[in-house]
Amino acid sequence: METLAMHISNGIINGPVAAAFAALALVALALCVARGRQDLDDRLAPMAGLVAAFIFAVQMLNFPIFTGAVSGHLLGGALAAVLVGPWVGALCVAVVLIVQSLIFGDGGVAMLGLNITNMAILGTAVAYLLIALLLRILPRTVNGLAITAFVASVVSVLVASQGFVLQYWLGGTTDVGSSLGGLAGTMAGVHLLIGIGEGLITATTVVTVAKVRPDLVYALRSLRPIPAANPAPVGGGAR
Amino acid sequence: MGAGHAHVLYRDRTSPVHRLPPEVKIAAMVAFTIAVVATPREAFWAFGGYAVLVVLVAAVARVGLRWLATRSLIELPFVLFAFALPFLGSGERITWLGLELSVDGLYGGWNILAKGTLGVLASLLLAGTTTMRDLLLGLDRLHCPQILTQIATFMLRYLDVLIGEARRMRVARISRGDDPRFLWQLRGFAAGLGALFLRAFERGERVYLAMVSRGYQGRMPEAWRDAGAATARHWLVAATVPLAATGIAAAALVLG
Repeated sequence: METLAMHISNGIINGPVAAAFAALALVALALCVARGRQDLDDRLAPMAGLVAAFIFAVQMLNFPIFTGAVSGHLLGGALAAVLVGPWVGALCVAVVLIVQSLIFGDGGVAMLGLNITNMAILGTAVAYLLIALLLRILPRTVNGLAITAFVASVVSVLVASQGFVLQYWLGGTTDVGSSLGGLAGTMAGVHLLIGIGEGLITATTVVTVAKVRPDLVYALRSLRPIPAANPAPVGGGAR
Repeated sequence: MGAGHAHVLYRDRTSPVHRLPPEVKIAAMVAFTIAVVATPREAFWAFGGYAVLVVLVAAVARVGLRWLATRSLIELPFVLFAFALPFLGSGERITWLGLELSVDGLYGGWNILAKGTLGVLASLLLAGTTTMRDLLLGLDRLHCPQILTQIATFMLRYLDVLIGEARRMRVARISRGDDPRFLWQLRGFAAGLGALFLRAFERGERVYLAMVSRGYQGRMPEAWRDAGAATARHWLVAATVPLAATGIAAAALVLG
């Protein structure tokens, strides 16, 4: 069993494919920056920072999965999408990846485009689409929100892991031939487990925040009628 | 502003590398890594050349080689894939100590190991000689969009808030009779995760509002941005390392 990690390090994918995905990530991030600026107000700015800090801390924990040799970590795309929306959410995950690659050498700098595409862009986009859909279908209850957060996490982690398989198929530096199917299977299996763990954490966190400060949950904003005079809550609050 | 927010990897020294403006160090590190990655994997000598460059910079920066070696172990989980490749790879095979290994896979494993390690060493040199504040300043001066540096600034500031709140909650649990041991404390921790997030947010929001009321507008103070920005001389000094690396990469590409 090999250890698979979502952070692609230097040399796993060849130069041209890495460059192509870097260009893709750059365009996507530029769009997120443009759209995210409109979202980032006095309430969202500290939330974005905290979400990024939370993801940063959580990505440090590697899940040891029972068989031993396989490990992975949480991605956080779904949490970011629920709490700060798709644009700022993708930027939060991207910031985490950039800082990790610059100072921790977690994921190569030259592979940053690939990593951002998988975890920040794909992961967050899929999560947000699912959230937007599920929140409209499921009953507007605490359980509905919990299920939404859980499902979005699981699917976004799975999709992000298959993004790596796609990139490896396009430009893996070593031809693993028929093992590629095996690679896809291993990645999917491992990340299903990670996704379940991530789903539980995301659901717990989001439900707690939604119960106490529903105004902080971006995904709920457009769904409920916002009263005309809704002053931004000042710090302090319940605790 | 509060403490310099030095991170665990920062080596507090004075050296020519420490004194370089952060933006030139970031640019040099990225350029060096790209040169390494672009090198064909068969050119073993080129990777030796890069290693010499790393050792030279470490010596100038007064960063110990032992520290570099220990810290670079963090990449281990990320490159273990390299050790599987000789078995997974297809094509021509050789037998070594009774193991059937794929030649392409061996090269692939070496490729990941060498480039991954050099990349980690380069980023450790950057981290060891640059504080968090300077790193963000450097990104800002490199025209990184303001929203990104803003999120990064808050992320680093709130990391301490988050860790502090987690510690306080743990003390609170213990003082109420919880007995955290190894895996069993996970349950209590997981149940408190939502509360931790909220508590950290409310503290963080107060920090943010305090900053706004003191004139924070989403950017670093002007005084920081202008003082000590890189001059042409700084750029030239820092460019020596990536230029040498590019030279090696070009030679490796030409010679094959």
